[in-house]
Amino acid sequence: MNESLLRELVPAVIGVLVRRGAGFAAAEDAVQDALVEAVRGEQEVRDPKGWLITVAWRKFLDAARAETSRRERELRADNEPEPGPAESADDTLRLYFLCAHPSLTPASAVALTLRAVGGLTTRQIAQAYLVPESTMAQRISRAKRTVEGVRFTRPGDVATVLRVLYLVFNEGYSGDVDLAAEAIRLTRQLAAMTRHEEVAGLLALMLLHHARRPARTTPDGRLVPLAEQDRSTWDTRLIAEGVEVLQAALARDRLGEFQAQAAIAALHADAPAAEETDWVQIVEWYDELVRLTGNPVARLNRAVAVGEADGPHAGLAALAELDPGLPRHTAASAYLHERAGDRPAAARLYADAARKAASLPERDHLTRQAARLNALLRGDR
Amino acid sequence: MAKYLLLKHYRGAPASANDVPMDQWTPDEVAAHIQYMVDFAARLEGTGEFVDSQGLSPEGNFVRYDGEGRPPVVDGPFAETKDLIAGWMVIDVDSLERAHELAAELSAAPGAGGRPLHEWLEVRPFLTMHSTVFDRVAD
Repeated sequence: MNESLLRELVPAVIGVLVRRGAGFAAAEDAVQDALVEAVRGEQEVRDPKGWLITVAWRKFLDAARAETSRRERELRADNEPEPGPAESADDTLRLYFLCAHPSLTPASAVALTLRAVGGLTTRQIAQAYLVPESTMAQRISRAKRTVEGVRFTRPGDVATVLRVLYLVFNEGYSGDVDLAAEAIRLTRQLAAMTRHEEVAGLLALMLLHHARRPARTTPDGRLVPLAEQDRSTWDTRLIAEGVEVLQAALARDRLGEFQAQAAIAALHADAPAAEETDWVQIVEWYDELVRLTGNPVARLNRAVAVGEADGPHAGLAALAELDPGLPRHTAASAYLHERAGDRPAAARLYADAARKAASLPERDHLTRQAARLNALLRGDR
Repeated sequence: MAKYLLLKHYRGAPASANDVPMDQWTPDEVAAHIQYMVDFAARLEGTGEFVDSQGLSPEGNFVRYDGEGRPPVVDGPFAETKDLIAGWMVIDVDSLERAHELAAELSAAPGAGGRPLHEWLEVRPFLTMHSTVFDRVAD
């Protein structure tokens, strides 16, 4: 059976098992087992969801019977009435909240969401996060134990779910599993179930950034800054969808940080060339973002935008008000110094920024910038 | 999540508070030390934070390229080299604070007299490999 179609069914099927009386952890295990059987199987199934429910329920009963008889007696499950299919959207929604429960660490919430909502296997999640499968298995089973006592019916704060989805998206696409694409799928599914503006805002933000992915790195993995990207390779279909989702959210007039970030991404997407970017409006959106979050990284990005809107000296003045220990502060300072014509300082700052970089592609990019300026300063070309 | 390397040195780190050399400990103290390390790694597996752990022989050479068609140059070991790595543990944790907390726990492994070593461990963040999902505007 089609794996991606099956994975979409996972949260609803877990929900069905839980409503029939299974504990969350046992239900989740049973559905994973059923999923493995389904992916391995060659047979054509007319009703994949019904098939998955039947097989998962059988797996659950087998596992439960293998447990102690005490547990079996407590299991009133066989007598539970069959649930109506209409409730499955709510089941899936509750599962998002459960997997992002505030009692979980961010890493646990991410892993549990990818398994129970995303339907990924432990091995796939371990590969994506570059940890041993046994470590990821432990992380997931601990997470399941942590939320086992949480009542499945209680809705939570959507912000916790969004934070988890944002983290998944942020991880990008290092392994075989494209986590950015998976985050978009899960956010799209969430957006279809709730009318929350920030869910739409996050979906728009992801779509707009994902649209530029082909332009963001060269085939050999070099970072390409936004201004130098080949805009003809941007995915116009994703941009159109992102803008549409964002406009619908903004029209409801309940601004949040993801909508503001998406609005900035949309303004970049809207510029046919880097020189035509509406930096004045972007600064205004950063003002909103700073007002909403007080986030120092938003202030840093705002300073860079000010540098574009009002000139590099204004940008440097805005930057001077911020903590120099902020991530990418030195890189932003290097960029603004070069724009202000101070190449020696820019070269020095780029080299310094490379030493502080958190990722290899970023470090290599900043080192190339320093090397480029040093070559210019030596008069190599 | 971020990965950190907890680096143990044979030589090159500041001296431990309890720095009696291991060959001067009683056999039970050596056994207790080794058991502490095994338990520590097992506990990290249980919390889902363990990535890797390796020990290195103090013996080794320096090797370098010596030009087209020539055999590699092998030299050393150099007794005067400042740093000598004994081994490492790689952890995957939620924060730098957590990495420090675990390093401190590892550093408390018992030594002579069963007292904690207070050994200095070097904590180094890994550079991530993944391509960014957001655009670089300024740099």
